[in-house]
Amino acid sequence: MMLKLLSAVALIALAEPAFAEKIFVSNEKDNTVTVVDGDSLKIVETVKVGQRPRAILLSTDGKSLYICASDSDELQVLDVATLKITGTLPSGADPERFDTSPDGKMLYIANENDNKVSFLDVAAKKIVAEVPVGIEPEGVAVSPDGKIVVDTTETTSMAHFIDTEAKKVVANVLVDSRPRVAAWTPDGAQVWTSSEVGGTVAVIDSKTHAIVKKIGFEIPGLTSGKAQPVDIKFTKDGKTAFVALGPANRVAVIDPKSFEVQKYILVGQRVWNMGFSPDQKRLYTANGVSNDITVIDVAEQKAVKSVPVGRSPWGVVAAP
Amino acid sequence: MSDLVAIMKLLGLFALGALVATPSFGPSAFAQTPSPPIEIDYLGLKVERTLPLSYLDQPPADEGVQGARVAMADNQTTGQFLGQTYHLTEDIVPDAAGAVDAFKKRIAAGTKLFVTDLPAPILLQVADLPEAKDVTVLDATAHDDALRAESCRKNVLHTAISRAMQADALMQYMMTKKWGKIALIIGGDPADKLYADAVRNSARKFRIKIVKEIPWTFDPGSRRTDTGHYAVEAEVARITQDVDDYDLAVVADEADNFGDELPYRTTEPRPVAGTQGMVPAAWARPFEQWGATQLQSRFLKATGRWMTDNDYGAWLAVRAVGEAATRGSTTDPAKIGEFMRGKDFDVAGFKGTKLTFRDWDGQLRQPVLLADARSLVSVSPQPGFLHQFSELDTLGVDRPETKCHM
Repeated sequence: MMLKLLSAVALIALAEPAFAEKIFVSNEKDNTVTVVDGDSLKIVETVKVGQRPRAILLSTDGKSLYICASDSDELQVLDVATLKITGTLPSGADPERFDTSPDGKMLYIANENDNKVSFLDVAAKKIVAEVPVGIEPEGVAVSPDGKIVVDTTETTSMAHFIDTEAKKVVANVLVDSRPRVAAWTPDGAQVWTSSEVGGTVAVIDSKTHAIVKKIGFEIPGLTSGKAQPVDIKFTKDGKTAFVALGPANRVAVIDPKSFEVQKYILVGQRVWNMGFSPDQKRLYTANGVSNDITVIDVAEQKAVKSVPVGRSPWGVVAAP
Repeated sequence: MSDLVAIMKLLGLFALGALVATPSFGPSAFAQTPSPPIEIDYLGLKVERTLPLSYLDQPPADEGVQGARVAMADNQTTGQFLGQTYHLTEDIVPDAAGAVDAFKKRIAAGTKLFVTDLPAPILLQVADLPEAKDVTVLDATAHDDALRAESCRKNVLHTAISRAMQADALMQYMMTKKWGKIALIIGGDPADKLYADAVRNSARKFRIKIVKEIPWTFDPGSRRTDTGHYAVEAEVARITQDVDDYDLAVVADEADNFGDELPYRTTEPRPVAGTQGMVPAAWARPFEQWGATQLQSRFLKATGRWMTDNDYGAWLAVRAVGEAATRGSTTDPAKIGEFMRGKDFDVAGFKGTKLTFRDWDGQLRQPVLLADARSLVSVSPQPGFLHQFSELDTLGVDRPETKCHM
C-alpha cells in the first residue's frame, strides 16, 4: 500500500514537474530568443526574431512575450504556448527597454536613438503619444498604480518622471553617470535607479523626488570601477533586492530597509539583466560575455547552475 | 511670391523647426528660469591636410568640430531639464595670428571656455596671453607629451590622450602577449620623432627591447601607378632584413605617409602596430562596447561620416563642460572650470568607467583602445596592471614622475 502511494506520488511529480516554466533569453548578437525548459534546464527551442533583440517582457495575461527588436525598429510578439512569432507592434525607432501598464493595455517604450518615450496602445497597435526625454533613454518602469512612468536617460543621467495621464514629464532627478534601469519598490514608495558608470544605485522617494540614499558597492578584491550596476529586481514581498553588477560578474543582495548589501553572488560574465521564476524561488541572470544564464536559488542566495544560450544574452524572462 | 511672403514663410518654417527641436514640458519639469547660455568657443586651425596613403579614408575637412557639435546637442537636451542652455561659436583660423586674434576677440566678448584643435606651439601662444589667465582651454587634439610636462599650463586641460598614453597602452598589451622585442620604424616628420620618443620611454618602463630603429627614408613617387607596389614591397623587405628577431614592428607615421604599406611586406612575418596596423587610440570605428554603438550611430546620423579620434576629443571636451555645469549646478564659466578640476567631477565617455582630470598635468584619464581598421583588439589598461589610486594612471605620466609644475 505504502509502495503504491509512493509510486503514485512519483507519477504525479513526473506529470507536473516542479518547474514547468519556460525561460526566455534574448540573444543580442544572434537575433534569436532561446527557450529553456525550467525543469530540465535544457534548451527546447531557439526562435529566430528581429534584429538585435534586447529587452523582453511578458504580457500581463502571460500569453505573449514582447521582444524589442532594436535594429528592426519594432516590437515582436511571441506566443508563449506555440513559441511562434505571431505579429509585430510599432515601437518607434530603436526600442531598448519597455514596461507595461498594470492592465496590460499600454506599453511604454524607450526609443534610445530618438530621445523619447513612446506610448503604445497594444490593442490598437498604435503609438498614441511620444514624450521627449534626455539623451539615450533606457530604463522604463511603471508605478504599481500605473500613474507614473519613470524613464532613465544614459547620457543625460536623469530619471524622468512621466505622468501617464497628462503624458508629460513632471519631474527630473539627476542621478550618477549612465543610469540604466529603474525599478519601483513593490509598495510604490520608492524608485531605484542603477548608474552603470557612477557605480551606484539611487533610491528616489517617489513622492518628493528626492534621493534618499545612494547605494555603493565594495567588492573585496575588485577595484570600485568594476561594480557597474544595471538590472534591479525586488522580491514581491519587498524584502530583498537583487542588483546585477555587470563586469563585476556578481549580483548584489540588498536589504531594502537598511540599504545594506548582504551578499555578492558570483554569476557569469557581464551580468546585465535578470528575471524571476513565476514562483520567485529562482532568479535567472543573463550573462552577456560568457553567453550563458545563471540560475540563482533565491532562498539560499546561491548560484546553482549555468546554462549556455546564444551570443550576448541580454534579457531573461520566465513564464509559467 | 513677394519677398515679404517668402520671408514670412521662412520664419514660419523656422518657428516650426524650433517647436519640433525644443519640446515643451509641463511647468514643473523646469526647475528654474533659463540662465544666459554657457558660451563655448571652438578654436581650430584650418589644416591643409595632404592626402593620406590609403585612398579609402580621406581626412574629413570638419574633423573635431563635428564632435563638438554632437556634444552640444547632448548638452542642450540635458540642459533643458535644468534651465541651462549652451552656445557654441566656431573659429576655424588659417594661422597662429588668426588664432590669437579670434581668441582675444572671444575673451573680450566674455567667453571663458575654449575647446581647441591647435598644434602645441599655437596652443601655448594663446594659453600664455595675459587675457587667458582666467579661461579654461580644453585641448581636444594635441597629443604632445610636452604639453603635459615642462610646457604644461594651469589653464589648459587635455581631453586628447598623450603619446605616452598611446605608447603605454601598446606596451601593456605586448606584456600580456609576452612579446618583448620591437623593431621601431620612424617617419621623417617631427611628430614621428615625438611618437618614437614616447615608444622609447614606454619600452624602457615596461622593459621591452627595441632591437633596431629604422628610419623611413623611401619616397616611392607614384606608387599608385601600375607596378608601383613592387618598389614598395622591395623597400620594406630591404629595411626589415638584417634585423635581430623581433615580435612586433612598431611604426611612427602620424601623417599616414607610409605605415599602411608595412604589413605583409616585412622580411620576417611580423604584425605591425603604432600609428598604423593595430593603433592605440582614444576612439576607433570598430568600437562598440559600453554603449559606444550609441555614440557611433548618433555621430554617423548627425554628420554622415564616422567619428574620428579628434572628433571624440572635441566631443569629450564639450561634454566635460556640460557635466560640470549639470553636476555643479552652475552656468558660471569660472565655476565650471573649477568644478572640472575638482574631486566631484567625472564624465562618461562610453568606456565603461568614469573619466576624470589628473590634477598634476590636466590630462583626462581614459582607457585607450587598441584597434585596427576592422576590429577592436583590446583595451588598455590591461588586466593585472594595478595602481594604488586608479588603474587608468598606469597609462601616461603618473604623479611621481611628472615634470609639470604649475
